[in-house]
Amino acid sequence: MLDFSILLNNLDTYLEGFKNTVLASIIALLGSFIIGVIVAVMRIAPIKPLNWIGSAYVEFIRNIPLLVIAFFFYYGLPAIGVTLPAFVAGTIALAIYTASFIAEAIRAGIQSVPKGQMEAARSSGLTYLQTMRTIILPQAIKIVIPPIGNQFINLVKNSAILGMIAGLDLMYFGDLVSSRTFVTFPVYIFVAMFYLVLTIPLSLGVGYLERRLARSN
Amino acid sequence: MFKSKTSKIAGVLLLSASMLLSACGKGGDKETSGSAKNALEQIKSKDKIVIGVKYDTRLFGLKNPSTGEVEGFDIDISKELAKDLVGDAKKVEFKEVTSKTRIPMLNNGDIDAIVATMTISEERKKEADFSDVYFDAGQSLLVKKGSPIKGLEDLKKGTKVLAVKGSTSAINISQKAPDTTVLEFENYTEAFTALKAGKGDALTTDDSILYGMVDQDSNYELVGGTFTDEPYGIAVKKGNEELVDAINSALKKMKENGKYDEIHKKWIRSN
Repeated sequence: MLDFSILLNNLDTYLEGFKNTVLASIIALLGSFIIGVIVAVMRIAPIKPLNWIGSAYVEFIRNIPLLVIAFFFYYGLPAIGVTLPAFVAGTIALAIYTASFIAEAIRAGIQSVPKGQMEAARSSGLTYLQTMRTIILPQAIKIVIPPIGNQFINLVKNSAILGMIAGLDLMYFGDLVSSRTFVTFPVYIFVAMFYLVLTIPLSLGVGYLERRLARSN
Repeated sequence: MFKSKTSKIAGVLLLSASMLLSACGKGGDKETSGSAKNALEQIKSKDKIVIGVKYDTRLFGLKNPSTGEVEGFDIDISKELAKDLVGDAKKVEFKEVTSKTRIPMLNNGDIDAIVATMTISEERKKEADFSDVYFDAGQSLLVKKGSPIKGLEDLKKGTKVLAVKGSTSAINISQKAPDTTVLEFENYTEAFTALKAGKGDALTTDDSILYGMVDQDSNYELVGGTFTDEPYGIAVKKGNEELVDAINSALKKMKENGKYDEIHKKWIRSN
């Protein structure tokens, strides 16, 4: 029943997919972190129009299914003359989507530092940016790391979206092998194991950081 | 009855273990005899047949957005089957399948039969039982009008051919044009959308399906003729000879009484 020879015969295919999943995850991880920080700054900066833009980004992107965003970048953009390869379209979608959650995590972290500290620092002569850098952010980072770590784990799992737009990732090749051989169960178990190879170390890493930060308090 | 506490416990354990074992045995028996006990009779007793069809394939199985009904060659054939097997063309329930999902759905028992542009192949015969051929298609290429691709020989390194996951055409094309890159999508709508969006140079599948795409958008054309034989069959779960026989006799009847020609003429252009 469980014919695992199918998996070994297609090992090259899986490794190719695994490579692309890792690549997409790393790029999207960096991208989403950068966008997330920018959006978070916009949300909390003492400038109203920036707040609005930041909030609009988070509320729009966070509340749209990732699949829709990926389809938009892959199938939608050619309508205005922009044709992106599936891998690129999928990775951008992944970064943009995850960024909205990261921005929220950062905003929540910064705002969880009591307001009085900002007021005290400002009244003792520090500028807004100085207060942020030396007083608020060092405290916020500790609060923010665990939720951001969780978002990165989600990002790796969500990268399976590439499989839906022929993005040549792990899920795409898993689907391909199972639809050709009709061996579904072992194939998807194998795919799941590959994802675990990425997510379990990430998960342990987040847990470790969390414990260390808790201790340093 | 039992001398000591330990023997009591051992007795209970033994009893429950034997019950568990006999229950397992029974369950197993029931299941095998159940599926062997004639899918045809099951269909007749629930008084309807559930058929997996495509919802995205113009001319064969397409959900009409204005009426919400699925329409096409496969649909009409399915209705005729229902008329023959359960006595009424209306006693058929359609469920959407794709090339990828149809065999898993059949094996899960979600559908009784597949009438979904499905080529009979040796590989698939290991997974399902097939009826006689009810339609002859052949694989071809669809390109935008004016494309430099005129046939199989123009698919070189660097050209991208779009196909659908789980279709025979995806496998065929990587054998017939090994240098070309094949990108596989979930269904034909997505593959054709990708072609229109410039994600590939050609789309390959059975000519019958490609004609449906041309019907929808005449900026595209078939090139290079057909380069495979794709005999379509109706698939049922493995080990259901009675049902296969019933379907074959229904198909035969359709061909004899002219109904098949009528359906063929209605959907398939003669070129």
